[in-house]
Amino acid sequence: MVENNRWGNLFAHLVLILGVTIVVFPVYVAIIASTHPPGTFIRGVMPLLPGPNAIENYRIVITEGRSRAGTPPIGGMLWNSFVMAMAITIGKLSISLLSAFAIVYFRFPFRIFFFWIIFLTLMLPVEVRIVPTFQVVADLGMLNSFAGLSIPLIASATATFLFRQFFMTVPEELMEAARVDGAGPMKFFKDILMPLSITNIAALFVIMFIYGWNQYLWPLLITTDPEYYTIVMGIQRMVTGGDSEPLWHLVMATVVLAALPPILVILFMQRLFVKGLTETEK
Amino acid sequence: MQTKRMTFSNSWLPYALLAPQVIVTLIFFIWPASQALYQSFLRQDIFGLRTTFVWFDNFSRLFADPLYLNSLKVTFWFSVGTTVLSMSVALLFAVMVNRMIRSRDSYTTFLVWPYAVAPAIAGVLWWFIFNPSIGIMPYMLKGFGYDWNHRSSSTDAMILVIIAAAWKQISYNFLFFLAGLQSIPQSLIEAAAIDGASRFKRFWTIVFPLLSPITFFLMVVNVVYAMFDTFGVIHATTEGGPAQATNILVYKVYRDGFVNLNLGSSAAQSVILMAIVIVLTVIQFRYIERRVNY
Repeated sequence: MVENNRWGNLFAHLVLILGVTIVVFPVYVAIIASTHPPGTFIRGVMPLLPGPNAIENYRIVITEGRSRAGTPPIGGMLWNSFVMAMAITIGKLSISLLSAFAIVYFRFPFRIFFFWIIFLTLMLPVEVRIVPTFQVVADLGMLNSFAGLSIPLIASATATFLFRQFFMTVPEELMEAARVDGAGPMKFFKDILMPLSITNIAALFVIMFIYGWNQYLWPLLITTDPEYYTIVMGIQRMVTGGDSEPLWHLVMATVVLAALPPILVILFMQRLFVKGLTETEK
Repeated sequence: MQTKRMTFSNSWLPYALLAPQVIVTLIFFIWPASQALYQSFLRQDIFGLRTTFVWFDNFSRLFADPLYLNSLKVTFWFSVGTTVLSMSVALLFAVMVNRMIRSRDSYTTFLVWPYAVAPAIAGVLWWFIFNPSIGIMPYMLKGFGYDWNHRSSSTDAMILVIIAAAWKQISYNFLFFLAGLQSIPQSLIEAAAIDGASRFKRFWTIVFPLLSPITFFLMVVNVVYAMFDTFGVIHATTEGGPAQATNILVYKVYRDGFVNLNLGSSAAQSVILMAIVIVLTVIQFRYIERRVNY
């Protein structure tokens, strides 16, 4: 520390406390709103202290849903989101690990060509090619299925690059030793490379899980059957479905439940999350 | 491109390892992208019976269409607003947190979690806070004599979506700025302090210039985020309105393709978006090459 300025530090604390308050505020309001009975929102401005209806509201959204507006109970939607997020995460990690292994540890014709094909996926986010991608998925009969929700999203250039970078730093001697001992490529991959990559895999897992859970446009396009609604897109149906003002207490209870899993993942795995975030962008 | 000095020799295994990734890429990325390119040169009549090849007509129509030009303008202001707001707030937080010693980790924890909130949910949260009849912000603004209504005022709607989009991105920018600040050698700052530079001067003449690679990198990332990842913010709240005021390009592609079923035009818009992503990706990668040298 160059100089210790007490007033400066106090000022910094004040700025940060104010900042944290503003950052936390929307979620605080959502939690408060989810504890009030429906009448509160007719009477005017939203209160800032909790109300008495928390258990009732959460029970309704989890088990009953709003049948009139066509939204199923969100217990099922939470499950769908979880399955989709896990499928995307595990899919991305496994195909990226395999292709990075192929690119680093083998020399074969068209290696660079394949590398570029994978690289291209960076440049084609779903948002810019929605209509034709939808047509492909529809032609393959994958609408309203978990395969349709996850498989089109699992190609990942960033994960492949990250694993490639990491494999390049693995000492050559390990592979030489494995070969001398008579291990084939797959045994080397399974028993040496995978255990070494475990921190990288875990860090990417956190990032990819959040990415998968927060998918919005894609589930919106390819699910018409409420059986397959995911929670993040389900909220939109609750806000705009129905003719009157949305039932805010139920919407906010759903919002809290939808945001909770990825937030918990970040809070409990902050170190891995930061590592994953800063490394995927290198 | 490098491999290991010593490699495994196997004629089919590498292809088998690459196959899943390459197949998914071909079916769900390359093929749809080429379809978009192809369809952007076609036009269907209103009944969808006849398709004609129209060369660049879809594109020239787009650039003559006031709605599309408006959408370009809206996207521009939305991206600039989101990027500037979230980056400046994040830099302020990062500089302040970087002064802390004991409380650094607790502040960081409080500031990183909005990253986990989906854009659509961020939109709904702020939409609720700014709700003209029950929201807290309009109530407070009324105290200052401002009548907030994002359902009728274009400016209000734009401010709302910018705040929602920027809020979610603060965490990301904060983490990168903090990492950047921590990598600045303390000796440089001490030397300047000995020469009598004030804290403010030290920030603008030493810290900020040293942060410029990160700032530039974050600018690209934030523009990409604002242009392509904010579909949820718009769709869950304003739906492009009022009067097209928040109809960003990504949302317009979706509307024209799935609601208005104007496939040729939507495909042409997709192609333009792809061109934009390619340009931004190339900029980002050139920058990374430069950073390696420096």
